[in-house]
Amino acid sequence: MKNAPPAMRVSAWILTAALVLPLLWAVLASFTPEQRLFGGGPILRSLTSEHYRAIFVERSFWLPISNSLIVALSTTAMSLLLGAPCAYALARLPLKGHQFVLAFVLAVSMFPQIAMVPSLYLMLRGVRLLDTYPGLVLPYLTFALPLAVWLLSGFFRQLPADLEDAAMLDGASRVRALREIVLPLAGPGVATTGILVFLSSWNEFLFALSFTLGPERYTVPVAITLFRGQYQVPWGQVLAAAVVATSVVAVVVLAAQKRIVAGLTSGAIKG
Amino acid sequence: MASIQLDHVTKIYETGQVAVRDLDLTVADGELLALVGPSGCGKSTVLRLVAGLEMPTRGRVVIGGEDVTTAAPQDRDVGMVFQSYALYPHMTVRQNLGFGLRMRGVSASDIASAVEKTAGMLGIGELLDRRPAQLSGGQRQRVALGRALARHARAYLLDEPLSNLDPLLRVDTRSELALLHQQLGSTMMYVTHDQEEAMTLGSRIAVMQAGMVEQVGRPLDVYRYPANRFVASFIGSPRVNLCACTGARSSANWSLASPLFVQPLVLPTFDGELPPRVEVGFRPQDIELRATDEAHVVGRIILIEPLGPATLLHLRVDSTPDAALRLVVPADTVVRHGELLGFRIRIDRLHVFDSATGRRLVELPPSDAGPAKMAPEHR
Repeated sequence: MKNAPPAMRVSAWILTAALVLPLLWAVLASFTPEQRLFGGGPILRSLTSEHYRAIFVERSFWLPISNSLIVALSTTAMSLLLGAPCAYALARLPLKGHQFVLAFVLAVSMFPQIAMVPSLYLMLRGVRLLDTYPGLVLPYLTFALPLAVWLLSGFFRQLPADLEDAAMLDGASRVRALREIVLPLAGPGVATTGILVFLSSWNEFLFALSFTLGPERYTVPVAITLFRGQYQVPWGQVLAAAVVATSVVAVVVLAAQKRIVAGLTSGAIKG
Repeated sequence: MASIQLDHVTKIYETGQVAVRDLDLTVADGELLALVGPSGCGKSTVLRLVAGLEMPTRGRVVIGGEDVTTAAPQDRDVGMVFQSYALYPHMTVRQNLGFGLRMRGVSASDIASAVEKTAGMLGIGELLDRRPAQLSGGQRQRVALGRALARHARAYLLDEPLSNLDPLLRVDTRSELALLHQQLGSTMMYVTHDQEEAMTLGSRIAVMQAGMVEQVGRPLDVYRYPANRFVASFIGSPRVNLCACTGARSSANWSLASPLFVQPLVLPTFDGELPPRVEVGFRPQDIELRATDEAHVVGRIILIEPLGPATLLHLRVDSTPDAALRLVVPADTVVRHGELLGFRIRIDRLHVFDSATGRRLVELPPSDAGPAKMAPEHR
């Protein structure tokens, strides 16, 4: 930034402002009393933490957050665990028709979600998984796995094949080479994939709404949506909840990002 | 240590490209066989077939008497040095060297001592705690070599290990490799496109072209008695001179005439039959400068390249302006650009090839070497 031409610096600041200002406004608004939200805008003197008290004490917002965390983290773990070997096979092994498999995976993930809801509902009811964590994680895998497989196979393909060949000549099996060489080197890619899968599961709404039956299993988006009463929407609480939800995501992403940066420096040293 | 045998091996890739064609090759126990050929001739594929990284379409691969045709790379017990070095970037040099031993379940203390020993042998003891990114090209090359050698494998495969080094370092490392091979006495297969590297390193060399072995033999035998036109022009630097000739038997001897020659070459001791069209090859070194009236060839100097120990001349014969001849003359020879120069071709070093098939035709009894041997000879 320091040596960048002024035009670039200005546009970088404009972009930052465009991204940060709405967020700042939301944070500020979440501390503003309800009656001031639609009249006069937020004013610093009258700030209150009332909305936060309300969502945690009256609405036990901890519950949807922990639900969302459990579901999103399990989905992420499952898609990385199942997706990595699959992506590796598609990227490296001399499989016939691997292009077709990848295209099919992509096609599946393009299927409109709403079209799957009725049949998934019946299936989940059949195996008594409605309103359970697995009942959300399994449907989430329908979009998370294709995403993970696509991204990971791209990352794996970028690694020099010589490294795995060398590992196998050194006595490692395919699986061992995947674990000892490919995964550590694809670390940044795995972390990126993890973040994207986590975000898409965290924000998922339709399945969560359809396959949960009560507040015990509501995830964050569903819970926030159901804040609205018959006659009014408690916007202050919605904003407070949104800020909390965003903070959780930010913490998770920043933790993973550390991994990405560490990975990037180790990836830079090609033998 | 073990021998390596390739028994009628053919490799056809899924794309239909034939990389290796019915190849028969044996590397004796303790021998360094240099596999040399132009890029794309299939020499790296041969190495990958031995390593198990490719499966042959037909034929067998035998290591140490054991048929390993379908065995996985990790079960073949061979070490390999890659052209790209393929060092594990996320591991230190120590971990790189020890990786093969760790994969084979060797105890930590044994790994440590083997790594120290290998590092000492290659002079990379101070680098053990660095990562590959912190090493120079030459150091990486040593680590790659060390990673293969740290484990006592049955055979070592080296895929153009010196091609990424700068020329000076390459020559030094080449000598070190030769010494190392003498010292270890391991079976090695060495792939290179550099004929000089192959000549200097190989106990024997195998010259490949288009997936086939054209000739196998000791370096000097291959140099002196190339089995065909391709081998003659690939081995030896500067490149051999080739000229089309017509043969005629005059009285008892065959004489070979060409528009390039002022007088025909006479083969005094050859008594066989020759096809009407042949190609004659003579190395730039196998000539003697003569006055123009005694010369086989008279040409004009168009380029002088002083190499230091000798001088390379490019000659053009006025009657055939398309062809240029290369001659190596002693460095103290006084020559001028544009000067007319006459020389005789040493008949005892002449190579005669069939124009149609490229095969070597005439076996002239050599004046200063044993009889030509085409059959591989082991030490």
